Amino acid sequence: MKQFLSRITFWKATAGLFLLGGLVTTVIRFGWGLGASTNLTDETPWGLWIGFDVVTGVGLAAGGFTLAGIVHVFHIKRFEPVVRPAILTAFLGYCLVIVGLLFDLGRPWSIWHALIYQNPHSVLFEVAMCVMIYTSVLALEFSPVVLERFRLQKALKVIKYVTPVLIILGILLSMLHQSSLGSLYLIVPQKMHPYWYSPMLPVFFFISAVAVGLGMTVVESYLSARAFQKTLETPLLRDLSKMMIGVLLVYFTMRGIDLVRRDALGFLFDGSFETMMLYLEVSLMLIIPLILFNLRNWGRSRQGMFFSAFSVVLGFMTNRLNVTMTSLEAYYRENFGVSYFPGIGELMVTISIVTLGFVLFGLAVKYLPIFPDHEEETVLRLDTKPENSGPHAMHARPVPGLNRH
Amino acid sequence: MPHAILVDLTECVGCGACTTACQQVHQFPEVENPTMDAQNFTTLRAIETEDGEVYARQMCQHCQDPACASACLVGALEKTRDGAVTWAANKCIGCRYCMVACPFDIPKYEWASNNPKVRKCTMCYMERQLTTDLKVDAEGYVLDRSGERYDIDGHNVKAEDRDMIIELTTNADGKRASACSVACPMNSTMFGDRAALIGEAQRRIKDNPDTYVQKIYGLKEVGGTSVFYLSSVPFEDLGFYTNVGTENLPDHTWRVLEKIPDIVVTAGVALGAVYWITNRREEVRKFEQDVKNQRSQKKA
Repeated sequence: MKQFLSRITFWKATAGLFLLGGLVTTVIRFGWGLGASTNLTDETPWGLWIGFDVVTGVGLAAGGFTLAGIVHVFHIKRFEPVVRPAILTAFLGYCLVIVGLLFDLGRPWSIWHALIYQNPHSVLFEVAMCVMIYTSVLALEFSPVVLERFRLQKALKVIKYVTPVLIILGILLSMLHQSSLGSLYLIVPQKMHPYWYSPMLPVFFFISAVAVGLGMTVVESYLSARAFQKTLETPLLRDLSKMMIGVLLVYFTMRGIDLVRRDALGFLFDGSFETMMLYLEVSLMLIIPLILFNLRNWGRSRQGMFFSAFSVVLGFMTNRLNVTMTSLEAYYRENFGVSYFPGIGELMVTISIVTLGFVLFGLAVKYLPIFPDHEEETVLRLDTKPENSGPHAMHARPVPGLNRH
Repeated sequence: MPHAILVDLTECVGCGACTTACQQVHQFPEVENPTMDAQNFTTLRAIETEDGEVYARQMCQHCQDPACASACLVGALEKTRDGAVTWAANKCIGCRYCMVACPFDIPKYEWASNNPKVRKCTMCYMERQLTTDLKVDAEGYVLDRSGERYDIDGHNVKAEDRDMIIELTTNADGKRASACSVACPMNSTMFGDRAALIGEAQRRIKDNPDTYVQKIYGLKEVGGTSVFYLSSVPFEDLGFYTNVGTENLPDHTWRVLEKIPDIVVTAGVALGAVYWITNRREEVRKFEQDVKNQRSQKKA
């Protein structure tokens, strides 16, 4: 008992508390319905569970396709060590998005209806299809980790053979549904604040997902390095961070031009709630990372890179919550005189789902070969041909002494 | 022949017969001056204007190209040839995207239920098809022509309620119409052929320019609807949704969706090409390395 108590740290206790709250809300949600467990109403039909658990969650999992593309399609092999953590994050992320969706759907047991009653004119149908197929693709992309752990060589060979197809399919599916989460809101031009409604929403959603995918990879690499003593090379994180900053500059240039073209800049000094939220979004996602980036010792400190990436992640969350919730507040206020803020139960479930993500990620890193220095050298990698493991492999390797002209 | 509803607000005396008939035909609890919710599909709001009290009626607009139907991923909401926008209980998964998408905020939800339905006016579509010659099963439920239980928005109809529903949806001429139009004592709410009703509305505002504002609300809104309003005061003053535009809202999303096949093909080919080129480069590099190594070994 004493031993058990001593193993409870502050974070574990906090996580336990949140999970308990989530559990209580789960009982209320499935026992008494959405009305009893959420602040959702006829006037505000979508809330935190769609805004964060689904729309933000899918974005945060974008590192999977971004890094898989960089390493396996563009063959920039330096980044190979971060592909697995990124795919793990994506796979867990999508699984948790589906869990969140099951909470929010009024009739979760009929979720499979999307497969048979198809409406190709619905953006949500496209999102549902892509998320479903992509989660399966991610399971396959992630499977080598499990197969290696249990040394299933035959299955590994099959997976390795189809990997390029899987990776390209995964990128295509991600392009489609990351952007479509933005397209969802194209149908309500008259309801949204001009800061966030734009015909370009799908493009903005996709580009920002790429940026946050890179950001999440830096954040999780840094955190796992601290928690599990897995080291990742600083130059690798630096390059990822630079790419992230580059994508963000493109993103905010486009958004700036878009705001000017739609005459939405007139509101910038009205001091409204919406304007404050826009400032918060831009500060976290662009200004703070840029300031950190321009500090002299940024490239040398892992903390600097971590904080700039973490700020981008927070800014991204703010952006998605702004699009899904803040942008509709004025409409709710004017038409119904109401405002939406998530209830304690909604917050508890969302925090529980995030906590679950952290716990599962931790377990996976602990028991599976996720980071490169885990066990012995991994058995199969995409760039090493199986025949290289034979006696010829010795000759194939560049030997420094023999390599002179 | 697509149907429609024309509401002449200048004729309305605010008696509430329409809201009561709506509650009766759907067997909802009867409440006076209801607000729009899962058990009230139409409302009357008394609004003080310069012309005295005006009663702003609200109900589903039954859009020609409904945003709700376009949004619904399982196609539970449907614009029927009759003109009514209906909802299929057996398909709905409860995502509530229709509620977000509707420009008039019409679909409502059974928040307290564990098997919640999306509820809205269906212009009494299924009620109007109900007839006395339909068979009844052993448990007293009316069956439809295919032998399934007759379903109105996810509810089965009992034989004892059939006559009441038929009576509430049959007007003085013996024609079937929405319950609200049958109940209206002032003939303020009219049910009929869409083209004929548009003609009637145009005639009224043309012949009585002093009485009416020169606008048929619902004719151009969101690309056209099947519920029209005439009024003596501007619709903005009555709290009508006047900023919904005249464009079909589903076009906004379809413009993106229709590009998907092109995007998939273009991006797929591009990614495949990049993969092939970089992979080939890698192979060539390895091969050259091999040759180099072998040569240097031979030399040694």
